[in-house]
Amino acid sequence: MTGNSQFGYYVQLALRSFKRNKVLTALMVVAIALGIGAAMTTLTVFYVLSGDPLPGRSEHLFHPRMDPRPMAGYTPGDEPHEDMSRFDAETLLREKRGDRQALMSGGDVAIEPRRDGLPPFRQISRFTSTDFFAMFGVPFQYGGPWPGEDDARRARVAVISSTLNEKLFGGGDSVGKSLWIDKSEFRIVGVIRDWHPQPTFYELSGPGGFGEPEALFLPFSTSRDLRMSSQGNIDCWGDNNVDEEGNRSINAKCAWVQYWVELGTPEKVSAYRQYLQNYVAQQRSAGRFERPTAPKLDDLMQWLDFKRVVPADVRLQTWLAFGFLLVCLLNTVGLLLAKFLRRSSEIGVRRALGATRTAIFAQCLVEAGTVGLAGGLLGLLLAQLGLWAVRQQPVSYAALARLDPTMLLVTFLLAVAASVLAGLLPAWRACQVTPAIQLKSQ
Amino acid sequence: MDIRPILSTLRRHKTAAALIVFEVALTCAIICNAVFLIENRIARMQRPSGMVENELIRFSISGINEKNGADSLTESDLAVLRSMPGVKAATVTNQVRYGSSSWNTGLELTRGQPVPTANATTYLGDEQFLKTMGLKLVAGRDFNADEVLSYRKIREPGSDYPIASAIVTRSLADALFPGQDPIGKVFYGWGDSPTHVVGVVEHLLRPTEHFGAASADYSVIFPIQVDYNSGIYLIRTDPARRQEVLKSAAEALSKNGPVRILDVDNDTLENMSDKFHQTDRSMVWLLASVCIALLIVTALGIVGLASFWVQQRTKQIGVRRALGATRGQILRYFQTENFLLTSIGIGLGMALAFAINLALMRYYELPRLPGFYLPLGALCLWLLGQLAVYGPARRAAMVPPALATRSA
Repeated sequence: MTGNSQFGYYVQLALRSFKRNKVLTALMVVAIALGIGAAMTTLTVFYVLSGDPLPGRSEHLFHPRMDPRPMAGYTPGDEPHEDMSRFDAETLLREKRGDRQALMSGGDVAIEPRRDGLPPFRQISRFTSTDFFAMFGVPFQYGGPWPGEDDARRARVAVISSTLNEKLFGGGDSVGKSLWIDKSEFRIVGVIRDWHPQPTFYELSGPGGFGEPEALFLPFSTSRDLRMSSQGNIDCWGDNNVDEEGNRSINAKCAWVQYWVELGTPEKVSAYRQYLQNYVAQQRSAGRFERPTAPKLDDLMQWLDFKRVVPADVRLQTWLAFGFLLVCLLNTVGLLLAKFLRRSSEIGVRRALGATRTAIFAQCLVEAGTVGLAGGLLGLLLAQLGLWAVRQQPVSYAALARLDPTMLLVTFLLAVAASVLAGLLPAWRACQVTPAIQLKSQ
Repeated sequence: MDIRPILSTLRRHKTAAALIVFEVALTCAIICNAVFLIENRIARMQRPSGMVENELIRFSISGINEKNGADSLTESDLAVLRSMPGVKAATVTNQVRYGSSSWNTGLELTRGQPVPTANATTYLGDEQFLKTMGLKLVAGRDFNADEVLSYRKIREPGSDYPIASAIVTRSLADALFPGQDPIGKVFYGWGDSPTHVVGVVEHLLRPTEHFGAASADYSVIFPIQVDYNSGIYLIRTDPARRQEVLKSAAEALSKNGPVRILDVDNDTLENMSDKFHQTDRSMVWLLASVCIALLIVTALGIVGLASFWVQQRTKQIGVRRALGATRGQILRYFQTENFLLTSIGIGLGMALAFAINLALMRYYELPRLPGFYLPLGALCLWLLGQLAVYGPARRAAMVPPALATRSA
C-alpha cells in the first residue's frame, strides 16, 4: 500500500473503532471540545484586547512621563506620574523636540445642533493640538486637521467624526459649517472617517480604555480659553485656588494632561530621553520638581503593558480556561489509553501478522488525531457560542470579542496538536504490546 | 482490608494511575480557588452600601456653559424636587456609589506628615444628604444647615474657608483613630485648616472598587454644596414610585431655568447597582460552570479508566470469586483503590491550590485561601471518586465465579 491509502485505511479503522465505542468516543470528543471552546473563547478575548491599536505606527509613538509631585507621599522606586501637569505639557509642546507631538485631555461639552427636532446634547470630546491627527494616522473623509497656528490663536475650529457629522448634518461635506459648542460658534475644518484604535491607548483612565473614541476634537488652547469642562483623571497636590481656572490653570499643582511624541529613529529616541532628563534636572534645580524620580519614555506597547490594559478578569479567565483544557486533555489521555490497551489482543494479532510498531503507532495516532479534529470542530462552535456570550456582557470591550482568521487557524492547530499530543502516550504504550504474550493468553 | 494487593496492581498500571491522580489534583486545585473567588465576588456584591438603594434615584441635568447663578438655580431645583409628590427627600452631591466619577483624598492626622494616614473618598453633601441617602448615624450628629458651604465660594481665587466639620464612616473612623471615640477628633484632608469629626455613619461605600476591598468603606462627607453643573441630584422616594418620579423630575427641572441637558445616565440606584455588579455576577456564573464541568469531566475520566480496569481484570475477579471472595469484598477492592488514588490526588491538589492562591494573591490582591477549604475540597473529591467508581465496581462485583473456569 502507498502511504496515502495507508492513512486512509487508518482513518477507516479509527471510524470503525468509534462506532464500536460510541459513548466513550463521544465523551472524549465532548471533553476536548469543551476544553478547546473555553480556551479559544478566552484566548480570543485576550488576543483582541492585547493587540496593537496602531500597527505600523506604534513603535514610533512614545509617552513621556515625569514627576512634578512634592516629596510628601513619596516612596523610593515610585513610578513617575502617568499624566503631565499642564505647565510641563505646554512647555514640551512649545519646545518641539520630537518629529511630532501633541498634548491632550478628555473633554465634556454641550452641543446645540440649532436644528429642528434635535435637542442639545453632551458630547465626550478630546482637546488636543494639531499633530494628534498626523501622529496617530487619523483618516479624514473631508477637510483635515486644523493648522498649527490655530492652536496658538485659540481658534474656534473643530474636527468631528463621521458619526457626529451624520447626526448633526445628515452626512456630506460639512467643512466650513458652523457648530455651536458650549454657546460658542466653531467652524468645522475636518470630518474623520471611522477611526477606532482599541484600546484608546492615548487615554486609558476612561472606561477601561475600550470604549468608543471621541467624536469631537477641539484645540486644547481653545478649550482652556472657553473654560470647557474636562473629563478624566486629575491628581492635585496643594492649594489651587490661585485663579479662576482653579485646578486646570497653567500653574495648578495638578497632573491631568496626556502627552505623546513621535520619534522616527532610535537616535531620536535616545536624544529625546536626554532632553527629558535635562528638562527634569532643570525643573528640579528651579525648585518646581522635588522628587528624585527619573523621567520615563515608554513606546506605545510598553505603555499598554505598564497600564495592564487587559482587564484582570480576562487574564484570570484565560488561566482558568487553560487549566480546564489541561484537565480535559489529561482525561482524554486516560480514556485513549484505556481504549487502545483494551484492544491489546487485536494489536497483538496484527503485530504477530507482521505489522511494525511504527504502523501500530501511526494507526493509534490517526485515531487520536481524528478525535481531536472532531473535538476541535465542536470546540470551534463552542468558542463561537462563548464569544457570543462575551458580546452580550455589558463590558466596554464586548464588541471586540470576535474570531478572526488567525484565531480560526490557531483553533484548529491547537485542537489537533493537543489531542495528538494527548494520543502520543497511549499510542506509544499500544505499540509496546508484545505479540507473543497477547497470543498466548487467548 | 489489605491494601497491599491494590498497591501492587497499581504499580503495574503506573501511567493510568498517574493520570487519574493528576486529573484529581488539578481539578481539586482549580475548584478550591474558583470557589474561593466565587465567595469573594458574592461577598463584594452583598456588602452593604449604607444607602437605601431601592428608594434612590440619581438625577443630573447640566447647563450649557451657564456658570452664573448656578448656586441659586440649584437651590430652586432642590425646592422643586422636594415639593414634588412622592419625593421624601432630595440632595445634591458630587458623586454616588455605582457612578463613574470618584473624588479621593489623603487624610492626615498632623499637617504635612510624609504619608497620609488613610485615603478616603470625599462626598460633598448638605444637611439633607444623610436623610436622602438613608445613612445610619451611629455616633455624633448630622450637619446643621448653617455649616454647609458653597463649593463655588470655597473654590473662588484667593478664598480661604476652613472646612470645620465632617462625617466619616465607622471603618474610616477606626482607621484614623483606632480604639478611640472619633467624635470631636481632628484630621486634615481639605485645605490647611483642621476638620472635626462631628458624626459617624455605619456604612457608605466608595463610588467604585478601584482602591481595593480593604478601604472600600473609607468615606468622608464634607458639608459642602456643589451646584447642579458639577453635581448630581439624589432623590429619595417610595420604591413603587421611582419611575414616575424619574419622569416627573425630568419634566419639572427642564422647565425650571434655562435650556439644560438631561444626563443619559439618570436611573434608579437599583438599576445602577445591577449594571455595576454585572461583571461580578457573570464571573460567578462562569466560575461555577467551570467547576461543574471540571467535576463532570473528572468523574467521566474515573468511570472510563475504572471500567477499563474492571474489564481487564474480569478473569482475575472470577478467580477471586471462585476462591471465596464475596461481592462486597470485590466492590470494596475497587472503592479502596479509588480512595487511594483520589487521596494522593487531593494531597497534590492542595499543594497546587495554595501555589495558585499565592499567584492570585500577588496579581489580584486576593486574600489567603482559608484553611477550611482543605477538608471541604477533599470531601468533595472523595465523594466524586466514590460515586464515579461505584458503577464499574458494581459491575465487577457481579462477575460470576464460574468465569474462572472459562478459558477467555
